[in-house]
Amino acid sequence: METVMAHPFAKYLREAMMPHIWCSGCGNGIILNCFVQAVDELQMDLNKLVVVSGIGCIGRAAGYVNTNSFHTTHGRPIAFATGIKLANPELEVVIISGDGDLFAIGGNHFIHAARRNIGIKVICANNFNYGMTGGQQGPTTPVEALTTTTPYGNIEHPFNLVHLAAASGATYVARWTTLHVRRLTQSIKKLLQKEGFGFIEVVSPCPEIFGRYNKMRTGLEMMEWFRKVSAIENFSDPAKAEITPERIVVGEFVDIAKISYEKLIHEKIAEINEKKMQW
Amino acid sequence: MPVRLWRKPLDAEKVKLPKAEIHILKNQCKGCGFCIQFCPKKVLEESEEINARGVHPPKVVDESKCIICSFCTSVCPDFAIFIVEKPCKEGC
Amino acid sequence: MNQKRVILEGSHFMNGDIACAEGAIAAGCRFFAGYPITPATEIAEHLAQRMLEVGGIYVQMEDEIASMAAVIGASYAGLKAMTATSGPGFSLMQENIGLAVMTEAPCVIVDVMRGGPSTGQPTLPGQQDVMQAKWGSHGDYEIIALAPSSVQEMFNLTIEAFNLSETYRVPAIVLADEVVGHMWEKVAIPPAQKIKIVNRKKANAPSEAYAPFMPDDDLVPPMACFGEGYSFHATGLTHDEHGYPQTSSSEVQQKLVKRLCDKIRKNADKIVRVEEVLLSDADIVVVAYGIVARAALSAVRKARAEGIKAGLLRPITLWPFPENHVAKIAQQTKAIVVPEMNCGQLVREVERAAKETPVTFLSKLGEEPHTPMEIFEAIRRNS
Repeated sequence: METVMAHPFAKYLREAMMPHIWCSGCGNGIILNCFVQAVDELQMDLNKLVVVSGIGCIGRAAGYVNTNSFHTTHGRPIAFATGIKLANPELEVVIISGDGDLFAIGGNHFIHAARRNIGIKVICANNFNYGMTGGQQGPTTPVEALTTTTPYGNIEHPFNLVHLAAASGATYVARWTTLHVRRLTQSIKKLLQKEGFGFIEVVSPCPEIFGRYNKMRTGLEMMEWFRKVSAIENFSDPAKAEITPERIVVGEFVDIAKISYEKLIHEKIAEINEKKMQW
Repeated sequence: MPVRLWRKPLDAEKVKLPKAEIHILKNQCKGCGFCIQFCPKKVLEESEEINARGVHPPKVVDESKCIICSFCTSVCPDFAIFIVEKPCKEGC
Repeated sequence: MNQKRVILEGSHFMNGDIACAEGAIAAGCRFFAGYPITPATEIAEHLAQRMLEVGGIYVQMEDEIASMAAVIGASYAGLKAMTATSGPGFSLMQENIGLAVMTEAPCVIVDVMRGGPSTGQPTLPGQQDVMQAKWGSHGDYEIIALAPSSVQEMFNLTIEAFNLSETYRVPAIVLADEVVGHMWEKVAIPPAQKIKIVNRKKANAPSEAYAPFMPDDDLVPPMACFGEGYSFHATGLTHDEHGYPQTSSSEVQQKLVKRLCDKIRKNADKIVRVEEVLLSDADIVVVAYGIVARAALSAVRKARAEGIKAGLLRPITLWPFPENHVAKIAQQTKAIVVPEMNCGQLVREVERAAKETPVTFLSKLGEEPHTPMEIFEAIRRNS
């Protein structure tokens, strides 16, 4: 059917940067889609929203959202976002980046931002490998998976990202796959309304690179895998939230209230200056 | 389930089912097939035509079967499909 | 808030690190992110107390990489931001210093130099990061680096670094050394209204027409910050005036990288600062900076007392290098002596600018800077 109508979310995208660079069957576009849908449903003030990303395929997401955006160096979006959030706590700072960026080269920043409970929101596309550089092993690559740098099968153990986030002190932790578009959108809405550090892992298909080496050559095959093996287990123990060929545990794992770092520091500033006035 | 146990809402006659208008932005499609595969009512199928990106975009098989769940809208990585509810006049 | 209690004024006895921290506050810096490292830790410690008193943010990050990233973030969120470190931390910051160059984020980095390479001699002075300050990050770029020689200058040049950084939207480095950082001296702080403060050019185009990297005639683009009503994209990738990545256009790469260099090169005359002592009739000139320049000044005076026409040229901006000053003096003088606490860094620039005039390099490493006698001996040998 011919149409002249614009997509309802087109206004959230930078027209000059479209089409995006992502392959057919890649899940990054779905994550972007669910994110802008959440922003739309929350009627967020785009002037107060900052999207930050690191390097990698999904790193381009920041540039696609028609808001304030910054595409940082590899692994550093969280540290960069910490500076933004502290300098202007009124800004809603969201990081959209990949598993390699956030948990290999940027792993240290992740655990410390969660520990500090700085009010930034992290959405991680987990595609099990480094897609942009051609499919190398990463911190989430499953054991025995084939990648360009594990041609005989991966012998490293992957991180359980939701367990890591929960243990580091995040106030909100969830995992979905790109097939759970409704739950993911609702989860992003929840994340954006939380105080403190929040994290969502999105298991995402990478058929052209990861799938190619691991007998799932199309996005459809990878999405069907998610459909077959995903089990929603809300508020189950994140330590047991596995990702195996037979089972992907998804759901919300942590949703707690904890005062954020930026609130605490501004409380301290107010306290100090009140004391000063009394001198 | 046996037919005698079915229950029909009392106002079923009065309620008008919303009708869908499916918009496909053909040239934005990269042909992943997610919308076709995961449509609960199998409203879409792959078309014969080849778009600007050299893939077969989806086409609508039967618009009247669409229940406007908009799963296709959300699952499309390329913002190439969306549904709007047809404005409903009397007796639509 | 009672501003008088908050902003220092008058004469104070303090060390260089504290003077630097107070300079930052006087310059309007309201964000500090850092990581402890000798001999720069006192800057962080002092700011941990003072920043909050002036309503600013102090945050101790997990490492220097994060510190530098947070500083760029804060700068883009509208605050004047700074970090302070020493050699090893400065090395870790280099990649993000490149990001600050590429995204034109005004910010100040203080490097209190110690002995290297590697962990080296943490509590001892050095001038071994001079080339790292210029060439430390990958790619071609120009940067500003200032070398204070006294505690007073730690205060003054930190303000100057902020002003230059805000003017040219480029990272500015205060390249101090351990002696200047830890030395205690009197610092005179003028009343706040007498301190010259420069703020970045703000974007004033209507938001639809705003192109974040469209330069004015001075090659510096006006800057919008997040939350000010301009929705824009910034990236470390090569980008056009709109901030959009252009990773395969050689034209955009040429234009952008050339402008990033030219905005400093073509304004070098306005940026470069030197101190010139007894140069008009000098037969031999010492080119020295940082703590070494103070010993050099003594040596020059001693030489004059002994009838040798010696002079001192002290580069205050190491980058951009004051090559016109050196070239000019090289034409008038017979010899140049360059004492440095390294194995020969700025001397390469001096040699390049001096052309035919002979240049003698005087290296010193380890515990103490050159003594006046050592430099005097070099003057005498070469005069």
